[in-house]
Amino acid sequence: MRLALRNLSVVYPAPAGASFPPLPALGPLSFGLAAGAFVCVVGPSGCGKSTLVRVLGGLQTPTQGQALLDGQVISAPSRRIGLMFQDTNLMPWRTVLDNVALPLELAGISRDERYKTVHAVLPGLGLADFALAYPGELSGGMAQRAALGRVLVQKPAVLLLDEPFGALDAMTREQVSLDLLRVWAQAGQTVLMVTHSIPEAVLLADRILVLSRRPGKLAADIRVPLPRPRTLEDMYNEVFNACARAVRAAIEGA
Amino acid sequence: MRISAPYDLKNQTPRPRSVQKMWRRDALRRAAPLLTLLLVLAVWQLVTLLQIYPALIIPAPLTVLEKFIEVVSDGRLWPHLQATLVAVLAALAFGSFAGLVLGYLIAKSPLLENLLSPLIIAFQATPIVAYAPLLVIWFGSGPESKIVTATLIVFFPMLMNTIVGIRSVPPGLRDVMRALRASRWQMFAKLEVPAAMPLLIGGLKMSATLAVIGAVVGEFIAARAGLGYLINAARTAFDTPLVIVAVLTLTALALTLYSLVGLLARYALAWQRRAQRGQ
Repeated sequence: MRLALRNLSVVYPAPAGASFPPLPALGPLSFGLAAGAFVCVVGPSGCGKSTLVRVLGGLQTPTQGQALLDGQVISAPSRRIGLMFQDTNLMPWRTVLDNVALPLELAGISRDERYKTVHAVLPGLGLADFALAYPGELSGGMAQRAALGRVLVQKPAVLLLDEPFGALDAMTREQVSLDLLRVWAQAGQTVLMVTHSIPEAVLLADRILVLSRRPGKLAADIRVPLPRPRTLEDMYNEVFNACARAVRAAIEGA
Repeated sequence: MRISAPYDLKNQTPRPRSVQKMWRRDALRRAAPLLTLLLVLAVWQLVTLLQIYPALIIPAPLTVLEKFIEVVSDGRLWPHLQATLVAVLAALAFGSFAGLVLGYLIAKSPLLENLLSPLIIAFQATPIVAYAPLLVIWFGSGPESKIVTATLIVFFPMLMNTIVGIRSVPPGLRDVMRALRASRWQMFAKLEVPAAMPLLIGGLKMSATLAVIGAVVGEFIAARAGLGYLINAARTAFDTPLVIVAVLTLTALALTLYSLVGLLARYALAWQRRAQRGQ
């Protein structure tokens, strides 16, 4: 599905009686994402990247302008949009099985059916043996993969990822990133992923949007001409480096 | 307590000395509460043997045991235990239910909190014994007055823990539920209740022991039956052994209730124990 922003901006109002003015967090911002695109958003901290994800996910209403999903204004969360955050947000009292099955459970799908779906998904995430483990018993990478599984069973047409691998160590991070690429290559969702890692953005994305300092505006729109499928080997070639350099320059100039 | 060996007994060859030491330490730990009890009984027996105080003030342990057997076999203890137990259970049910419902509403509505918090704080700051007589005036000396007294004392920890529990639901989990278009009921049953469960159980644990206190306070002030009433009656009759029997029965009652809530916690919070072991 296509995603688009039309002149969108978010201003956080000053609390009543506060001595500071309203805080413009984002925009005005306009861009469009083709169906099936993998786009990364980078920018200095505090530039409204997370706000952008929340607005696109329907969790927050913009102050001005609109976010559109296939031409329809996003005004509330939709089951066609899958959201994932840096925090895995797994429920500690549910097993991996029941955590991953949550979207199906909330949609009213019977227990047998949802367990069947989840058991089909878990092996691909390396979690086949951990269906009955609790999140507290998992490593960081496993927990993040369980969170990814929960988004995937929802079969969303759009994935919004807010620094999903930010809490993982570098090695695990690369692995989970490649897992994500594999999933995307199969299902072809439209992906918008916020990250603060330039190499990660170049490795994963077709297109990198660089946001400026607060309030975040579009500072650069950089295409990544690396062929698919991508591997970690791509990180050592010239095109990769040139791209990473361009992104860094855009952030520093932003 | 379970014996938990820090190594896998099947797959490793343990060093015999340390194992023996560990078993000894473990046995000691498990026997420790029993040793304390025996020590207390021994000192008690010694004090009565040396006749430091007259038997009217400190009767011998055996005298108390005899009294216990007497009041159990002639059926005098049972109606009092039953009266207190009924009051305690009724108060636990009413008080914790009211605390849960009102706590949830307050956690959700700042307006309601502003309206009710002065009343709640004032109520909680006042010692229960101070307004218990008032409750007797209003509700009479039957079971109602002590049920009301115990209900009020049960209500507050449940209320407070519910408010804190519901408010401490992680916002990230709320976002997940909202993003999945969870209904209000799903939000409540699948997120808020399980997320608040550790605090709800904590509130119930406090309430269980407080309910016994509340019931006995009620019975002290005015009652026609109950262990609190029995203590008062035995004291005026200078029947010290019976006073001690009644007190120990109350102890047993409170401990049983506390253990039952503990069992409930083991079941409801099994995930917590699993997760702690995993880390």
